[in-house]
Amino acid sequence: MILKRPTLRWWEKTYFPAVAKGMLLTFRHIFRPKVTLQYPEERWALPPRYRGAPILLTGLDGKEKCTSCKLCQFICPPEAIKIVGGETEDEKEKFPREFTIDMGLCIFCGYCQEVCPVEAIWLKDQYELADYDRDALIFPKEKLLKMGRKPPYLPGKEKPLEE
Amino acid sequence: MNAMLPILVPALVKIVVILGIVLTGVAYTTLAERKVSAWIQNRYGPNRVGPWGLLQPVADGMKFFFKEDITPAEAYRPLYLLAPLGTLIPALVTFAVIPFGTSMTIAGEAHPLVIAPSMNVGLIYILALSSVGVYGILLAGWSSGNKYSMMGSLRGASQVISYELAMGLALLGIVLATGSFDLSVIVDSQKGGWTSPWFIVPQIIGFVVFTVAIFAETNRLPFDLPEGESEIVGGYHTEYSGLRFAMFFMGEYANMITASALIVVLYLGGWHLPFLDYGWFGPVWGGILSMAVFFGKIALLLFIFIWVRWTLPRFRYDQLMGLGWKRLLPLALVNMVLLATFYLLMGRPS
Repeated sequence: MILKRPTLRWWEKTYFPAVAKGMLLTFRHIFRPKVTLQYPEERWALPPRYRGAPILLTGLDGKEKCTSCKLCQFICPPEAIKIVGGETEDEKEKFPREFTIDMGLCIFCGYCQEVCPVEAIWLKDQYELADYDRDALIFPKEKLLKMGRKPPYLPGKEKPLEE
Repeated sequence: MNAMLPILVPALVKIVVILGIVLTGVAYTTLAERKVSAWIQNRYGPNRVGPWGLLQPVADGMKFFFKEDITPAEAYRPLYLLAPLGTLIPALVTFAVIPFGTSMTIAGEAHPLVIAPSMNVGLIYILALSSVGVYGILLAGWSSGNKYSMMGSLRGASQVISYELAMGLALLGIVLATGSFDLSVIVDSQKGGWTSPWFIVPQIIGFVVFTVAIFAETNRLPFDLPEGESEIVGGYHTEYSGLRFAMFFMGEYANMITASALIVVLYLGGWHLPFLDYGWFGPVWGGILSMAVFFGKIALLLFIFIWVRWTLPRFRYDQLMGLGWKRLLPLALVNMVLLATFYLLMGRPS
């Protein structure tokens, strides 16, 4: 594209009209509504399928749904998930004796949720996971289950499951 | 010694008051800069430390105290350590001759609100000091042993020299009109009525030239080439850190305040407001009110300084030189010739 250079009149060549125009613009911006989100007090409305911290879900019987198949552990790209399996008298026969997710390693990719055959692991809307201690970022099973107490959303139906 | 006391004590009190006001002003101008810049960019600016962020300068100052003070291995130490003072001190010392209020009568004695009253070379003193100020920049850049610092200080020196000429010529118009270098006389000859208007009215060209030149002298955008961060890292203070950097920072803002004070004294009637006589308020309150008006005008000009900074982009180097030598200098000369002709034909306003 060829831009034609405008021929300036003498008063335009003094810069003053252009400067005044710019100054007026910036002055008007002073009174515009602010775009800053004052974070700790104000927060974004998260989209319903926001991918935050992965947590563990409980079934209708109040026990964790996980059957310790370790698919999530195998697919996890940064190897943040560690599972120690165990046997149970329940119908599902297997359960995770230990289930830890290192939130310091987790990249919130959501592969674990995608790969889980029983919808036991889910990326929920929690994102404030920072801590001063690295070890405190390794979340044990109990904590993950507690974080998942409120059921998240079903894919397709963007509303909470009944407990 | 006792004979000196009546002179010494008021002068010391005035020095303390002025230093207090100017240094507090420097601190809060940094806050104002951040606030206004934020507003112009649709942000809030610092608002966490104290109400509306009013304690932010204190927090900034504390931070500077605890920062490491680094001297580069290549630096020439004596000058490197001395240079930050070279920008701060001239800016503060200029205030010695700036009249910041009408005279105040305390205990039957009239005290003119100037640190050095009736100094008949005030204007020349200011011009001299504004040139001394560039030594700080020059020494800082040279002694840092860093090519970018050197570039910055060279730019600073050439810029100040180029714009000083136009500035001096613009000031000559004022000297023509008042017949005096004394800033108190200059202020008193622009009371703001119909017969003695502020000099911005009869000398509008001089005002424009002086304002543009003083923007360049204070290294403020659009003329901040000495510290053009996108080209030469941080310019002359690239290598400085901690308190020494803070001193450059304070120097820049003190320079802004001094420059604003100069514009107010020379073109905007000093502490005068049109059709207002401070005699109405009594000897003490009149003086305090005149100070308030004076510093109010300075605050307004500081806002304009900041506003301009966040509006205009930086000049290219040749544009800067072109503007100084090919536009401002002829304009200042034309202004002088016009004024001289006018005063020759019409007689000087007393």
